[in-house]
Amino acid sequence: MSAYLLRRLVQSVLILIGVTFITFVLLYALPADPARMIAGRSATTETVERIRAELGLDQPLPVQYGRYLARLVQGDLGRSYAQKVEVEALLASRLGATFLLMIGGIAFELLIGLPAGTVAAVRRRGAFDRSVMVGAFLGVSAPQFVVGLLLLYVLAYKWPLFPLGGYGSIAHLILPAVTLGIAGGGWYARIMRSAMLDVIHQDYVRTARAKGAGEARVVTRHALRNALLPVVSMIGLDFGTFMGGVVVVESVFGWPGIGQLAWQAIQIVDIPVIMGVVLVSAVAILLGNLLADLVYPLLDPKIRYG
Amino acid sequence: MSVLCPAPERAVGGRIAAREEPPGTCGNCVVIPVDSERAVTSDQRLPPASRGAAAAARTHMARRPPTVWLRLKRSPAALLGMLVIGIVVTLAALAPWVAPFDPAEQFFDGLTLEGRPLAPNGRYWLGTDLLGRDLLSRLVYGARVSLLIGVAANAAALSIGTVIGTMAGYFKGWTAAVFMRFTDLMMAFPALILAIALAAILRPSLWIVALVIGMVNWVWIARVVYSQVLAISGREFIDAARALGVPTPRIFWRHLFPHLIPTLLVWGTLGISTTVMFEAALSFLGVGVRPPTPSWGGTINESQSYFLEAPWLVAFPGAAILLTSLAFNLVGDTLRDVLDPTMRGRA
Repeated sequence: MSAYLLRRLVQSVLILIGVTFITFVLLYALPADPARMIAGRSATTETVERIRAELGLDQPLPVQYGRYLARLVQGDLGRSYAQKVEVEALLASRLGATFLLMIGGIAFELLIGLPAGTVAAVRRRGAFDRSVMVGAFLGVSAPQFVVGLLLLYVLAYKWPLFPLGGYGSIAHLILPAVTLGIAGGGWYARIMRSAMLDVIHQDYVRTARAKGAGEARVVTRHALRNALLPVVSMIGLDFGTFMGGVVVVESVFGWPGIGQLAWQAIQIVDIPVIMGVVLVSAVAILLGNLLADLVYPLLDPKIRYG
Repeated sequence: MSVLCPAPERAVGGRIAAREEPPGTCGNCVVIPVDSERAVTSDQRLPPASRGAAAAARTHMARRPPTVWLRLKRSPAALLGMLVIGIVVTLAALAPWVAPFDPAEQFFDGLTLEGRPLAPNGRYWLGTDLLGRDLLSRLVYGARVSLLIGVAANAAALSIGTVIGTMAGYFKGWTAAVFMRFTDLMMAFPALILAIALAAILRPSLWIVALVIGMVNWVWIARVVYSQVLAISGREFIDAARALGVPTPRIFWRHLFPHLIPTLLVWGTLGISTTVMFEAALSFLGVGVRPPTPSWGGTINESQSYFLEAPWLVAFPGAAILLTSLAFNLVGDTLRDVLDPTMRGRA
């Protein structure tokens, strides 16, 4: 197990280095000139050159990348071009909000998806099953910004049950979390339903019925436990999926997280911040995958990693 | 001869036999265990999406046991999806004739006296936007952008994914190793952030947006194709072809590729749904196709700060995105049920 974990961690580090390399090349190969962006439109060529030299942007690309990696190893992500602040500090001030939003999104997905999928499978082909499937399709097909804006319009403007965006309390969290989790809710409902259908016809479920267990007990104690496996293994992956979604959702709700930071940085080509956000996202995605793979054998003793 | 019935060998093999059906049938179509040369009939080289299936149905409906088309037709969800796709495609294709107004014209009676957009009314059916332009006309023209990008980005993703997946799955060894590590890497990339950054810095045209989306989306297809090719290339008929000295490109095209068509059809259809939403998200953030070109996401972006007073400016384009994405999802999902018998009756 520890050998497996070690191998995975080494792999993850290699992948992270790859991610920084590709992001670096892409960002610096593009026709945007950060030095000019910082200096402003009216700056003289000398000023632009001076800023370029200060930032080390006059060096060849491999040298720049080498310096970046060397600093990265020491935990230094560089300084924001726009705000003269360390990128670590910027990220740290935003991570909490995004993490909270993601937890809210996952909670909503599971709260909606798991019960809906389970009941749909048990009452297969019934009216409830059909409406769950329709709802799941709608949830998966709805663009997050449309859902977010409509939720704001109906639940914050027409009937002011929730605040119109912002940050600070549980009430502020609910609408963004619902928006972030609505597509996932649809997916979980479908996965849960099909996992449940897989399980419910197996012999041990029939045995449970045969020994006289009630239907509710058969479903919750016997079938659900196994059906949950494929679903639980996916929760870790959500952190990765959400990393893109937060940009949109945070923009709609004015949520002060990583997504907004990324969006602001992209608009002014603040490369160190963009690199930082991409790196943090990649770490989140890799940790999520690792978590998914580590939780699986705990739930299912049949699976062991060598 | 099977139409789009998935991989003849698979049907004859274990899974169906286990259901105690006579070998050579798969419940829906008679599978004659032909060599894969012959299995590559004109039907199997159809262009993706429903139009191809429709064409197949027209030529063969009379003599044929249920084909993909007939089984799609039996599903109300897929029918609804195809209907919506048909409407959107028609509107996009006939935009200059269908749209009631010029989408770029700012009408002098298109704003209230205070300069606010008009709510839906008799003249402007879906209301007007912030500049006094007819929303319906802009949505009709916006369908062009969404569909073009949807199809183009998806074609890019499918081609890249298929080529890379096939190479890795067929040649194995270091090709596969390099490819798998690279996919792992791409999987760890925050796709939307990358796409936004690329799009924002490139100040994109329609084709650049399509390319950016394609570059971000091919990974999933490559993985699916990889695992399929890995399975197929271990089979006897590939060995036989190789032993007979069939050139490798021909093995790819005539022996391997036909088996990938069902998968590509399903992923291609589902992928358009993803792509339409992806494009809408980019446009919503203001880094999609640039104004004044009308796009659904862009309309919402422009009116975002006004949506409390003019909710129709969000609701109608939003509905257009939702319906289009839903339609491709419904058709793609039914296709998967139809083309992959192992999935039948589930999810």
